Parts: sequence; C-alpha cells; structure tokens
Amino acid sequence: MRCDFADSILHGYFDGELSDAGAAEFERHLQHCVHCAVELVDLDLLSGRLQVAQIYEVAPAPFRKKIRANLRPAAPTPAPASPLSRRWLAAAALLLVAFVVWRVIPRFHGEEDYQVRFASGIVDAHLRSLLPGQITNVSSSNPQTVRAWFEGKVKFAIPVGDFADYGFSLRGGRVDVVQGRTVAALVYANREHLFNVFVWPTGEQDASPREGSRQGYQWIDWRKGKTEFCAVSDARASDLQQLQRLFMK
Amino acid sequence: MNDLDAENRLRFEQLVLPHIDAAFNLARWLLRSREDAEDAAQEAFLRACRFFHGFHGGDARAWLLQIVRNTCYSWLEKNRPRELVVEFDEELHLQPVATPESIAIADEGREHLNRALESVPPRFREVLVLRELEGCSYKEIAAITSIPIGTVMSSLSRARRQLHSALANSSQKEAVREV
Repeated sequence: MRCDFADSILHGYFDGELSDAGAAEFERHLQHCVHCAVELVDLDLLSGRLQVAQIYEVAPAPFRKKIRANLRPAAPTPAPASPLSRRWLAAAALLLVAFVVWRVIPRFHGEEDYQVRFASGIVDAHLRSLLPGQITNVSSSNPQTVRAWFEGKVKFAIPVGDFADYGFSLRGGRVDVVQGRTVAALVYANREHLFNVFVWPTGEQDASPREGSRQGYQWIDWRKGKTEFCAVSDARASDLQQLQRLFMK
Repeated sequence: MNDLDAENRLRFEQLVLPHIDAAFNLARWLLRSREDAEDAAQEAFLRACRFFHGFHGGDARAWLLQIVRNTCYSWLEKNRPRELVVEFDEELHLQPVATPESIAIADEGREHLNRALESVPPRFREVLVLRELEGCSYKEIAAITSIPIGTVMSSLSRARRQLHSALANSSQKEAVREV
C-alpha cells in the first residue's frame, strides 16, 4: 500500500529541507514503513542516474561570446600600442624563460614506478568523484566562492581560475585524499566532459607537463611555485593541454 | 543590450554572467532544444540588462533564472502553446523537437533519460531541472517558479513520480521492441 508520506515529507527529507524536528519525526516513521524505506532508495537511484548521465547542458562557447560581446560598450577604444622598449623587454624575458626551461628541465628517468602508482591513484580519485553526489563539496561557478570555501579546509592556497570564456566552466571543488595525501580538487566542465584538477603543495621545483593515460582517462601533471597540479578527464588530451595552459596563465 | 553604465556593467559581469550555464541549461530543458534555448536565453539576458537597476543584491542566480523562465514561457505560449496545457499522461509522449543533435544519438543511456525528462510537462520538468541539475534549494525554486514554498515539495514529488514512470514506460517499450 502506498504511504501518504511518500508523496510529500519523504521528498523534503531526501532533499534535506525538513526542520530537525521534522526530520527526526520522519526517521521514526521510517523505522516501521517499508514503503517509504524502499521509496527513499528509489529516489536516490533516480537522482544518481540524473547526475551520472551528465545531462546538464552548459552554454556553448559561441553563445557565451555573443552574450559577453553584447555587454561591451558600443565603440570600444583601441588599446594603445605598447612602446617598443617594452616589447624588447618581453622578448628578452621570453628568451630567459626558454633558457631556464631548456637547462633546468628535470629528468624523470627511474620514476616509472612512481608514475604508475601516481596515475592509478589519480584516476581512482577521478572515478570516485563521478559517483552520485561525490563530485563537489562546494558547488559554484564563482571562483571567489570556491576559493573562500577552501580557506580553513586546506593549508595551502588554491589558484581557482574562471575559464568559462574558453569553454571550461567552474563547477566547484572538494577536498579529497589521493594516496594518503590531502588534496584540493577543482571541478570544471567542458561540453559533456568533467575535469578534476587536483592541487597539492610540493617541495619539488617547477616542472613542465607530463602526460599519460590509464583506463581510458587522460591525465596531465605539472608543478609550479611549490604547487603540484594534476588534471584528469575522459576528454581528449588536447583539451587537458588547453586547461593546463589556462592554469599557467 | 548595452543599457548599462560602466559601473553596472562590471557588477553585471561579476554577479549575473557567472550563471550563464544555469540560464542556458534551464532554457534548454524548458524548450527541449538547444537552438531555441540560445534565442530565449539571449533574450533573457537582454531583459536582465534592462532591468538590472531593479536588482539590489541577493541571489543573482535565482533572479536571472526567474527571467529566463518567464522568457521561456512566453516563448512557448507564442510558438508551442499546446505544450503548456498538456497534462502528464503516461501514454503520451511529446513530439520530439527535430534537431540534428536529437537525431544523432550519441549515448543511448543518456538519450533515454533525455526523452523521459522531456516527456514530463514543463511545470514539473522545471522543478526537476532546478533541483536535480541546478541544485537549487526549495526556497530558490519557489522564488524562480513563483510557486508557494509550501507547494515545492509536493510539486517535486509529482515531478519525480512522473519521471520515474516515464523511464519505466520507455524501458518497457524498448524491451518489447527487442523481443
């Protein structure tokens, strides 16, 4: 027989919208109502199915561009050309960077074992996050909100970027554990693909990106400013490379 | 769309633009088409700009989604009025909107879920989208859809039941087809 609670209170309970007293009362009811107990599991399955199918439709890039362009002033003032000396300075800096990258790039021989272990830990964490309700602890497309949420939860600074203009929309973040290490995870979406960017502090020097794949998931790992980053997704490697470049900007 | 002065434009960019995905997603699910969603969402942003001076802080996402929703409903009234009077009927499935992407079936599981969600009438589909995809609270859903907060729970309950039976119905049909 269908229980009256199943059509109303049950949903408020499932959605965490009941008052404490209301929730406690429903839990007492739940102890002897099999119908509601089963219904609750069904609700969870349905909700999980909607999450896993990733049917959320993010705004297409041309649409974003159009909306942003419409916002800009009708007659934009052209940016003043930078003086020649500045351009020379930029070129010199570029040369310097090229030299540093060439000479200081660390070698990764003998790190194969570590890489294999590392990759399996990262991919496992990515898969875990795709389970219903696991992807974010804080859901927001606002980098400030996400950054503020991490404060006090992890002891290192998280560079949360907004790359919506480039098709990577911020979904939120969470705190995760990868191979016994507490890491921050930033979640981005690009079309139907979800990206986890794991971030944690490191004592190692900066390193240019290393890439790999495991179980059909691509990952890309790099270090910058005493921080290590690793992005994982089922998207193409080129998408991950683009995300990596956005983070380095 | 450029009715804003520099200061308000900056505020708009900071407060409203980050919810562009939420706006598009709601429009897409209300209109069941990406192309129509682009048009309606763009129109909604135009309106949001025009009436931005009337927004004095608070929940920018709920404010924007309210405008998106109203724009979508007036679009439906004009272009597909039948959809608004249709009550949920397990036997009845709304005529699919033919678009290249609905023809090219990328992922069958997802397509299955898409069809089921699209078969739920708009008034119930919207609470499902807001709750399950957008993660809105009951209070936000009430603000966006202008239904009393006391009714949100029962609307969600009906909406979920409808989705559930639409899913059960279509898997049954598929099973019959396979046999």
